[in-house]
Amino acid sequence: MISINRYKCGYCGACVAVCPAGAIELVEAWIEIDGESCVECNNCVKICPIGALEVSDEPKK
Amino acid sequence: MSLKNKYDVIVVGAGPGGSMTAKTAAEKGLNVLLIEKRQEIGSPIRCAEGVGKKSLKKFFPVIKDEWISTKMSGVRIYSPDGTLVEMSDNRAVGYVLERKIFDRDLACMAADAGADVFTKTRATDLIIKDNFVKGIEGIRLGERFKVEADIVVGADGVESKVGRWAGINTTLKPKDIESGAEYLISGIPMEDLCEIYLGNDIAPAGYVWAFPKGKNRANVGIGILGSKLGEKRPFDYLNEFVKRKYRDGKIIEVIYGGIPVSRPTKTFGNGMMLVGDAARFTDPITGGGITNAIKSGIYAGEVAAECIEEGDFSEGGLKKYEKRWRSTIGEENNRSYLLKEFFINLPDGGLDVLAHSINKIRITELSVRGLMGELIDKNPWIPTGLAKLFKKKIEK
Repeated sequence: MISINRYKCGYCGACVAVCPAGAIELVEAWIEIDGESCVECNNCVKICPIGALEVSDEPKK
Repeated sequence: MSLKNKYDVIVVGAGPGGSMTAKTAAEKGLNVLLIEKRQEIGSPIRCAEGVGKKSLKKFFPVIKDEWISTKMSGVRIYSPDGTLVEMSDNRAVGYVLERKIFDRDLACMAADAGADVFTKTRATDLIIKDNFVKGIEGIRLGERFKVEADIVVGADGVESKVGRWAGINTTLKPKDIESGAEYLISGIPMEDLCEIYLGNDIAPAGYVWAFPKGKNRANVGIGILGSKLGEKRPFDYLNEFVKRKYRDGKIIEVIYGGIPVSRPTKTFGNGMMLVGDAARFTDPITGGGITNAIKSGIYAGEVAAECIEEGDFSEGGLKKYEKRWRSTIGEENNRSYLLKEFFINLPDGGLDVLAHSINKIRITELSVRGLMGELIDKNPWIPTGLAKLFKKKIEK
């Protein structure tokens, strides 16, 4: 599953644009990831300009 | 003031595309709602803020001083080995905007034309009945709401959801989006010229820009193609560049952004249209999106008025929106997209060869076409199919 470092995130929405599952939403200055619909393609992790998203070891809920 | 239950048109997103849709539709007498999920319009910006003077003047009879941060007289492009290609004119040919003021002013124009404007108001879904978009569901200050409309326009930017909700695939592949970071740097010497730096060490399949924001300030940013990204982030590349070039500058603002460099998506359906970045109308070679957002917003506002007049909000009725943008935004996007494909596969040496071929001439037509005209002239190895596209003048 994907974890967000909120102290790094600049809420630009690049991750939302590349998510094929529509699992990410940019709410004002807040990224929300819906773990249920995430397909673990990691496109969001790759595109982030600052590396605020990471694959975490926690199992998918 | 409170939300009405029903509007003719709902516009989701109050950037330049959304505000111009709302303004145009309201001026045509429609009942318009413009919503913005952020509490402020125009902030935080996600933009280098450069725009051509001619194109902006086409949309606005008066260019207000407060919109403009700097009038620029040209562009300097540096190839990987440092060769300079200068495109300039003695007059101001473009502006570096103050988007925080510009965007808010456009939303005010929409409001002045009669549109209802609500900030901190977010669409969460579309109301869809019998295969037709009939309005939006949303949330405002913690309260859920539903508002109906004949037409919903998605102007919700790179992170657009309106298209997806309507069943249009707007997902960008990593090879079709630039991942960007930008600093506003103060205390550095700047001329009234925009600078572009190319090279795979500097910005793989992208570029670094320095756009002047007054005498000693600049937006210094970077875009790197998603498919070329590894562990090293745009942020890291930008820091390296800034450390080397602007050691004495002070960073007073940091922003990030995703810039679509794709072909446009499908932009209309039963009761809905997409404009601006939501429709992927950014130019794939420059990454510029402001004027196409404005242009598409105007088209969408006009088409909304015509369709409501005719009582036809079907996909068939709204198809004329695509017809309108196809010959302008569409043609320009097509050739810029193919040019992007050509450039991203070019090694640094190829970029240098191109730069050497034209570094002795001053190019006075400040456009991709102006630049390509000279390049094609001096470099017969540029594929003919690509070269041919730049012979034709596209009406702006």
